Amino acid sequence: MALDKATVTKIARLARVRVAEAEKDALVGELSGILAFIEQLSEIDTSGVEPMTSVVAMPLPRRDDKVTDGGKQDDILANAPEKTAGFFTIPKVIE
Amino acid sequence: MTAPTPALLKGATGDWELIIGLEVHAQVTSNSKLFSGASTEFGAEPNTQVSLIDAGFPGMLPVINGFVVEQAVRTGLGLNAQINLRSVFDRKNYFYPDLPAGYQISQYKQPIVGEGIVTVDLPDGSVREVGIERLHLEQDAGKSLHDQHPKLTYVDLNRAGVALMEIVSKPDLRSGEEAGAYVKKLRAILRYLGTCDGNMEQGSLRCDVNVSVRKPGAALGTRCEIKNVNSVRFLQQAVDFESRRQIEELEAGRAIKQETRLYDANTGETRTMRSKEEAHDYRYFPDPDLLPLELTPDYVARIKATLPELPDAKRARLESDLAIAPYQARVLVMEKESADYFEAFVAAVQKRTGKAPQDIGQDCANVVVTELFGALNKDSKSIESSPISPTALAGLQALKMDGTVSGPTAKKVFEEMYATGKDASAIVEEKGLKQVSDSGALEAMVDKVIADNPKQVEQYRGGKETVITFFVGQLMKLSRGTANPAMVTELLKKKLAK
Amino acid sequence: MTSLTDLTLADARDGLRAKKFSAAELARAHVDAMIAARPLNAFITETPVIAKAMADESDKRIARGDARPLEGLPLAIKDLFCTKGVRTTAASHILEPFVPTYESTVTQKLWDAGAVMLGKVNLDEFAMGSSNETSYFGPVENPWRKPGDNRSRVPGGSSGGSAAAVSARFALAATGTDTGGSIRQPAAFCGIVGIKPTYGRCSRWGIVAFASSLDQAGPMTRTVKDAAIMLRSMCGFDPKDSTSVDMAVPDFEKALTGNIKGLKVGIPEEYRIDGMPKEIESIWTKGAEWLKAAGAILKPVKLPLTKYALPTYYIVAPAECSSNLARYDGVRFGLREKGEDLTAMYEGTRGAGFGREVRRRILIGTYVLSAGYYDAYYLKAQRVRALIAADFANAFKEVDVLLAPTAPSSAFARGEKTADPIAMYLNDVFTVPASLAGLPGISVPAGLSADGLPLGLQLIGRAYDEETVLRTAGVLEQAAQFTARPQTWWKQ
Repeated sequence: MALDKATVTKIARLARVRVAEAEKDALVGELSGILAFIEQLSEIDTSGVEPMTSVVAMPLPRRDDKVTDGGKQDDILANAPEKTAGFFTIPKVIE
Repeated sequence: MTAPTPALLKGATGDWELIIGLEVHAQVTSNSKLFSGASTEFGAEPNTQVSLIDAGFPGMLPVINGFVVEQAVRTGLGLNAQINLRSVFDRKNYFYPDLPAGYQISQYKQPIVGEGIVTVDLPDGSVREVGIERLHLEQDAGKSLHDQHPKLTYVDLNRAGVALMEIVSKPDLRSGEEAGAYVKKLRAILRYLGTCDGNMEQGSLRCDVNVSVRKPGAALGTRCEIKNVNSVRFLQQAVDFESRRQIEELEAGRAIKQETRLYDANTGETRTMRSKEEAHDYRYFPDPDLLPLELTPDYVARIKATLPELPDAKRARLESDLAIAPYQARVLVMEKESADYFEAFVAAVQKRTGKAPQDIGQDCANVVVTELFGALNKDSKSIESSPISPTALAGLQALKMDGTVSGPTAKKVFEEMYATGKDASAIVEEKGLKQVSDSGALEAMVDKVIADNPKQVEQYRGGKETVITFFVGQLMKLSRGTANPAMVTELLKKKLAK
Repeated sequence: MTSLTDLTLADARDGLRAKKFSAAELARAHVDAMIAARPLNAFITETPVIAKAMADESDKRIARGDARPLEGLPLAIKDLFCTKGVRTTAASHILEPFVPTYESTVTQKLWDAGAVMLGKVNLDEFAMGSSNETSYFGPVENPWRKPGDNRSRVPGGSSGGSAAAVSARFALAATGTDTGGSIRQPAAFCGIVGIKPTYGRCSRWGIVAFASSLDQAGPMTRTVKDAAIMLRSMCGFDPKDSTSVDMAVPDFEKALTGNIKGLKVGIPEEYRIDGMPKEIESIWTKGAEWLKAAGAILKPVKLPLTKYALPTYYIVAPAECSSNLARYDGVRFGLREKGEDLTAMYEGTRGAGFGREVRRRILIGTYVLSAGYYDAYYLKAQRVRALIAADFANAFKEVDVLLAPTAPSSAFARGEKTADPIAMYLNDVFTVPASLAGLPGISVPAGLSADGLPLGLQLIGRAYDEETVLRTAGVLEQAAQFTARPQTWWKQ
């Protein structure tokens, strides 16, 4: 299936990635090409096949309910682009 | 099962039926978070109960808390629900500053718990079964504070990653009152199970409410989801406001827009949530950092064997084994702590008096529901902060039952105990409240009362036997309530007959 | 004595223990070579001060007779492994300022084994690429060039910096990560050995994620023995990674017996693809003959879904990446582009922070997971993936190991395939199937192309059977006698 420019705009928005208008035309072609490539899969009959959910065949490991982490505000905030009084800060969000 | 009784709402164009479904987010009682070892404790300094995993740092991976899984299964069993032996964690993708990884780990197509049933006690005394659609485990988000700075939002991730159970009801509720009763009952069950502390002020229990209206019998209307409802009272207000709003819209010829709305406790109104305006596409897919969660029937059976007695079962037992009236039984089991108090009380009374439970149950229930709850309510105190312990109260009850104090005296002693925290027998001793059953002493008092009231004696002997209550009253007054009323009546009758 | 930078990892280890030279000298030699090789642009962050300190510590240990398995051996670390206090960029603008406060499990294990860090090497941005041309920090040069041709060759990708550093001898070995071929393909392009172990062998904790169900770390070395030595220190159960396998780590070095008599080697017919260059086909045939001569039994096997592996991969990997990369939002770490509101900040940060290929994959991944398309793309791909894994399982009922080329060509010229994403993706045609099935795979240098560039052969084994893979690789290596080295043009 070929993508159109409106769809590219929509998924870019969904992915929160700004794409310049000028780049969109190129993307329409590239992404449509990739989609055509991956759509080869429709040639395969997969009826009755369980989708793979994990590569390793083992049970999900579970940990004990112990407090083993936290208490590292400095580490958590060390790379913050902006912070104040122990909080991360961002442009105001209106709900 | 009783079918939903449509509590119809009057509109300008006729009656409307209200359809309500609830998504309750209950914080799982656990020491550490769902996928990290950071603490779940409430009220810490910002970003101090955060692991690198909770903050979504590069290369960080989730590892599930086994106890939380157990809690979810326990809750499922408490809701009479299907436990799914295989469940899958999915990623729910969306961008928000308090969602650090850009996705919430949740369960979408294969939740850990399937369909169940909650029996809800309605205020009119009737009972309704409300269907549970599912229960799944998911991560809580962090907290965005919008009111700290004029141009900035502050982000605290302490809550991020705390385990939540999302409990989704079927659209079986028909009024704000019913929705409130459902939440109360659900909360009681969770607290009995010990899987959620049910603290709504601290956000341990939060509701999203789906509301729609329709003409009775018509197809379901478009629903709105109301977020941020954090008390039973607000829940009822939000439902009332929202249903009226929808009816007004429809009657004005406008369509209801499916949207997320925010309940504002200050105004009692709901309004469109700006940040959620955009159509969502969560792009769920199984989290490749985790494997499917597989449980054995044995594991579930082991948890089932440790389930405590739940409110419905307890209530039935109070009614059948302790011969307690339905109303009081219902009040007693509402809160786990009240029920625990009551049972400790009955046990202590039984120990002191050697009486059978069915012989003392109702009287004990009266004392707790009427006297104790009445006093606590007046002071807005919880049962945990009761100045009278179950054993202390049993002390008073025993004195009453063996005739040491009379009923009216017991009430006075109770008040004194409540105010001072003193022991019942100490109060009785101190104030000389012991019931007088010595016939010699009583006889003297009876003679005095007869001598003092010749007019009433005449009336009695003239056939007006109800005057006897007057004499009893006088006698109690004279004895400051300590006279044994039964013996007094007996003596009076004997002497007046002469 | 040969130059210290020419030693294999094993020889350097033995030389240090025999006190023929010090760890400090060994580190110094490699730091010097690293600085001299700056024209290759292999490093994003050089850490000579750390290297010196670690080497000094190693010398003390060696003096006390307390040497650990990798004591004093200088390594290059792919800049996808988070290193405490050392900037970790994933070759992306969005992580340009990021300094982790934590150390990845795999690198911690290496340091615990005594290894010395030279620095963080370049890669394709977020490991997305097959040529190391998508790095925000510029492309890496393949040390190999065609004789008489000055044009830059790509080192392959995504572990291009790792491959270049080992090939050009300024690191004894390097860590790589492989999602669809990112260890094996650059190893082939640069004439070195690279092994991707079974999914679950190496902890993923602390490695910047690209596609979680595919990512695996592994060593890149100049010999099979070196790979065995280093792999042993990198593997092991990690309770912090839910997909890490709780299984004993064998002494891989001991598996290199050189004896493959009676070993059944499968030749997957479907890997003989249309338009495959003659020299690839002939090196493959030669490899088969070498193994046969060493006593192996060759058997043709069928892997019917091979041609669908790439399309499957290009659904699964972008889908996972679109979600894994959502955390780069400018809120908690990394780049932030100012915006008048939150959405503007997000879109600006991610638009400016991610390069073109990464953006492309995020968009494809977002699309294939979006409402209405999930079943047709993602779910379908996971079904095909299950079938591909079943194909391998069937093949391994018949044979012990599979032999195939690593890549469909030798190192291509820079810019040759950047215009066409599909042409670039086709580089991974032979490596992606094993990745989808989570199987171990190794690339061993087997010879030179007609125009003098290295060619690699790939061995794929059963899950957790790295030992057979390594043993067979050792035999291939022995037979191939690959001694060619790149011209050191960068030193001029």
